[in-house]
Amino acid sequence: MSDLSGLNVTDLHFAYSGEGFCVQVPRLDVSGGKALALAGPSGAGKSTLLRLFTGLLTPNAGKICLGSTQIDLLNHEQRRAFRLKHIGLVFQDFALLDYLTVTENILLPHQFRDGIADTPVRLRMQDLTERLHIDQYVNKRVSLLSQGERQRVAVARALVHEPQFVFADEPTASLDPARGRIVVDMLLEDARKRGACLVMVTHDPNLLPMFDQTVRMEDFATA
Amino acid sequence: MSAAFHLAARYVLRHRIQSALLAGALGLVFALPLCLRVLIEHAQQELRARAAATPQIVGTRGSALDLMMTALYFKRENLTPLPFDALAELRHTKSASAIPLHLRYQAQGAPIVGTELEYFTFRGLHLAAGKQLSRLGDCVLGASVAKQRNLQPGGHVFSSPEQAFDMAGVYPLKMHISGVLAPNGTPDDEAIFVDLKTTWLIEGRSHGHDDLKKDDSVILKKEDGNIVGNAAVRMFNEVTDANLTSFHFHGDIATYPISAVIVLPNDAKAEALLAGQFARSKDKQLIRPRDEMESLLAQLVRLEGFATSALLLTATAALFVTALVFALSFRLRQREFATLEDVGVSRLSLITVKVLEILFVGVAAIGFGLLLLLLASEVAPHLLRWAL
Repeated sequence: MSDLSGLNVTDLHFAYSGEGFCVQVPRLDVSGGKALALAGPSGAGKSTLLRLFTGLLTPNAGKICLGSTQIDLLNHEQRRAFRLKHIGLVFQDFALLDYLTVTENILLPHQFRDGIADTPVRLRMQDLTERLHIDQYVNKRVSLLSQGERQRVAVARALVHEPQFVFADEPTASLDPARGRIVVDMLLEDARKRGACLVMVTHDPNLLPMFDQTVRMEDFATA
Repeated sequence: MSAAFHLAARYVLRHRIQSALLAGALGLVFALPLCLRVLIEHAQQELRARAAATPQIVGTRGSALDLMMTALYFKRENLTPLPFDALAELRHTKSASAIPLHLRYQAQGAPIVGTELEYFTFRGLHLAAGKQLSRLGDCVLGASVAKQRNLQPGGHVFSSPEQAFDMAGVYPLKMHISGVLAPNGTPDDEAIFVDLKTTWLIEGRSHGHDDLKKDDSVILKKEDGNIVGNAAVRMFNEVTDANLTSFHFHGDIATYPISAVIVLPNDAKAEALLAGQFARSKDKQLIRPRDEMESLLAQLVRLEGFATSALLLTATAALFVTALVFALSFRLRQREFATLEDVGVSRLSLITVKVLEILFVGVAAIGFGLLLLLLASEVAPHLLRWAL
């Protein structure tokens, strides 16, 4: 069985074709059970870096290892399979399917991976929705929820299959400070408890002390 | 697969009105040529059967199609009538049985068919209630006529005047319903049958009135043994046991009109001889309904070909439009599919979702099309009856 603990990045270089902007990461290590905050101004490349870590973008050079798997060497289908199995993603725009209910959205990746959700998965979903205070909406279509509620559904979806890597792109942007705190607490607690690796993009300086490591994008991105 | 099925089903159900409209349009477009085929198939069968059951028809020279439609479907085309003695001439040959038909009037929208009792035997028509025509002014109703108008033996039905404001024209006759025929799924169900003499009575060639010899108050004048009645003479518009004997015919019955004669030759030789005999006639014609019907159906099949081509072109266009609708829909949902890709859903699963969505709409369209087809086969007999 392959090792799935920790994120290791070495000599990473990425530039969008035709643009001057590029991201360079000489070295970055996040151990299993640890949390990394990516901070920096808008347009600094935080989301780009997150997409590189999850295999949604391919670096021009360097290595990105998720555990023992060098994700940049996998083909598209292998990366998809890896993401589906080992990565939990929280998108900036939530990326939920409006015509599905909260439950259906949360279980969607699980269903595509393992088929119909069994009891342990459903229990975990129940636990997550209770902790995120969205348990009363589980049978509602997400199009009927507020932005903050949708954000929390996206968080539950990222965690329900207990991934070894959780990447969250500003998961507290649509939440009030109290609820944002609950969400971050939960992401951190979940990662630490399961020995998973959490990388979170945030603008909120108040949240940074909660993380084991903080990286400022100014150190990586060059224009 | 189950996740893709679930996702596709949820999308189609969530957008059920749009999906149903699309499926309905598709089903309609593809079912139309098939429905047309079903209708024409049924029409061909029924028209052929009726024509094949009628060996020959004699009428005045003119449109063979009109003659056939009159004799088979009681269409009351404006045919020049035959004199009644044409029937006697045919019977005189002893090579065929002959059944007269006279169609000019209607009652409550149904054609009044003047004929003889032999017609019922020839068509295999049986009474469901009541008894056969036995007296002047009696009528036997086709099954549909009786059912639709809630008429029963013992009741009455009035013949309709040809023109509402023609005071000197034909007066309605109150006909006594003696019987109702059992349904047999032919135009006979839609007709009112009377004796040939009753049609002449409606036409005014026969009438009944007060006996002028018994009541002086209704006499205008007497001259040379003739008695002329005044305006007080009561004309009867109904034949009853009491006034039956007062009904009488004027003029030579041999010249009375009939619309057509159904000819039942004794054998093939008699059929050929009669055809030859009438081929030389200048004022009469003999037609074989089977031949006339085949030429009519040949036209119908040609028309069907045109209609089917047009419908197939429409179906092709509809197919392209549907493909475009799906393509645009998937394009509009690009973000949704990109999200699924980002989450890690495989390309094969995404294709499966799209294919399943198309399949669901396709299956619904097929279901709707089959429903239409079923409906078409159900209504085909009624539609044909209505069209004819």
